[in-house]
Amino acid sequence: MTDEILLSVKDLVKSYEGTSEVLNGISLDIHKGEVVVVLGPSGCGKSTLLRCMNGLEEYQSGSITLDGEKITKNGANMTALRQRIGMVFQSYELFPHLSIQDNITLAPVQVQKVPKEQAQAEAERLLERVDLLDKRTAYPRQLSGGQKQRVAIVRALAMHPEVMLFDEVTAALDPEMVREVLDVMLTLAEQGMTMVIVTHEMNFARAVADRIVFIDGGVIVEETDPETFFEHPSTERAKQFLKTFTFEKKA
Amino acid sequence: MQDTGLSILFRGINFLRLLQGLWVTLQISLISVGLSFIFGTLFGMLMTVKNRFVQAFCWLYLNFIRIMPQLVLLFLVYFGVTRQWQISLSAWSSAIIVFTLWGTAEMGDLVRGAIVSIPSHQYESAAALGMTKQQIFRFVILPQTIRRLIAPSINLITRMIKTTSLVEIIGMVEVLKTGQQIIDANRMQYPTGALWVYGAVFVLYFLVCWPISTLAGRLERKWR
Ligand SMILES: Nc1ncnc2c1ncn2[C@@H]1O[C@H](COP(=O)(O)OP(=O)(O)OP(=O)(O)O)[C@@H](O)[C@H]1O
Ligand SMILES: [Mg+2]
Repeated sequence: MTDEILLSVKDLVKSYEGTSEVLNGISLDIHKGEVVVVLGPSGCGKSTLLRCMNGLEEYQSGSITLDGEKITKNGANMTALRQRIGMVFQSYELFPHLSIQDNITLAPVQVQKVPKEQAQAEAERLLERVDLLDKRTAYPRQLSGGQKQRVAIVRALAMHPEVMLFDEVTAALDPEMVREVLDVMLTLAEQGMTMVIVTHEMNFARAVADRIVFIDGGVIVEETDPETFFEHPSTERAKQFLKTFTFEKKA
Repeated sequence: MQDTGLSILFRGINFLRLLQGLWVTLQISLISVGLSFIFGTLFGMLMTVKNRFVQAFCWLYLNFIRIMPQLVLLFLVYFGVTRQWQISLSAWSSAIIVFTLWGTAEMGDLVRGAIVSIPSHQYESAAALGMTKQQIFRFVILPQTIRRLIAPSINLITRMIKTTSLVEIIGMVEVLKTGQQIIDANRMQYPTGALWVYGAVFVLYFLVCWPISTLAGRLERKWR
């Protein structure tokens, strides 16, 4: 991790049509090479924050910048900015009509004008890394959920993004498939990828995070290193939140 | 010797006439289908535009065409337009116009349905990869839309082919009308001729529609 700030969120306020503020003044700097895990109760706005960071949602006030360039939904250079920000969603959103290989090469070839052979070689190299090289001619419907999510990660990586956003990418998976996806993310983190991760896997959060950001009620309630957050949470709300993940036998 | 009813088909040029009638049917239906697919795709895309006036216009057009029986539309175009503006439209052109108007409305609604049925995360994941709106439409939405359109549009094609039998009322002689003429002309000689002639017409319709359905089935299986 370096001191260089890559992605910067300042006083972000966001509400959907007809709702009160979902995010009510969020400020957050993501440093180059840093892994930030965003935690918080369901509906607190974690997905919303990530979607704003990638220009998929409009926001009412504040600013989000990547390397000083402003991110807004209908911004002029948004397609250029999005190429530098990879995002993986909860639902597997591979393109069903394209083979795994074509899913991965579509954007590099069409958007970045990478020569087809080069894009294919890169796709193979990345698929190899997630152990899916043998699936490159298969179609998404022939893959398990965990395999699809690994392909979705590879598809985002093929654009060589500077930062990756992960929104509960294991939440829809069967338990035995969660591990294979989290392992890929851990490896990415070790290799120095800048990442913002939303997850409900607390053990994983603790292992992967450089910093934990805990959101509740539209604001950042706690922001600290994982050790402190999980062992000595300083706010009552964080304590309550962590309690929901532990089970005790009733007397 | 009493002829069997079957030989009515082969008497004189009867069978050739039936084929000529089929050719008229095919011309009208296939030209209208082709035009309907082009205009229908555009109309369907127009229907997804989020603008109140555009939507009101599309709604009016779709429902006007749907409420009007094709019969009435044929009269309206063939006799109405000719009277009103002193433009003389041939029966052939009128038929093409009416079936294209109708096909465009129906095809448009199918295209609209297919486009809106593509889940929003398909747009979003493509956008997240840095694709422009045009690229998303061309490489992600359109191919999926086309796959979803195969079954319903084949259904529409066969419906249009069958409905062209209506053009008889503006004086055109297509396959069904030809069949009726043959039956009438041979009423005395072949009392059971009707069965055979209608049977032949049925087979001809089948021979036209069946390959289309088969092709569609193949494509669907391939792209499933
Ligand atoms: N498109 C939308 N329109 C209106 N309200 C929305 C929309 N998307 C989200 N919301 C609301 O905004 C709030 C935050 O939603 P968000 O999905 O960001 O929460 P989350 O923290 O990701 O929750 P979860 O852990 O369940 O995924 C919720 O109350 C939700 O109902
Ligand atoms: Mg969420």
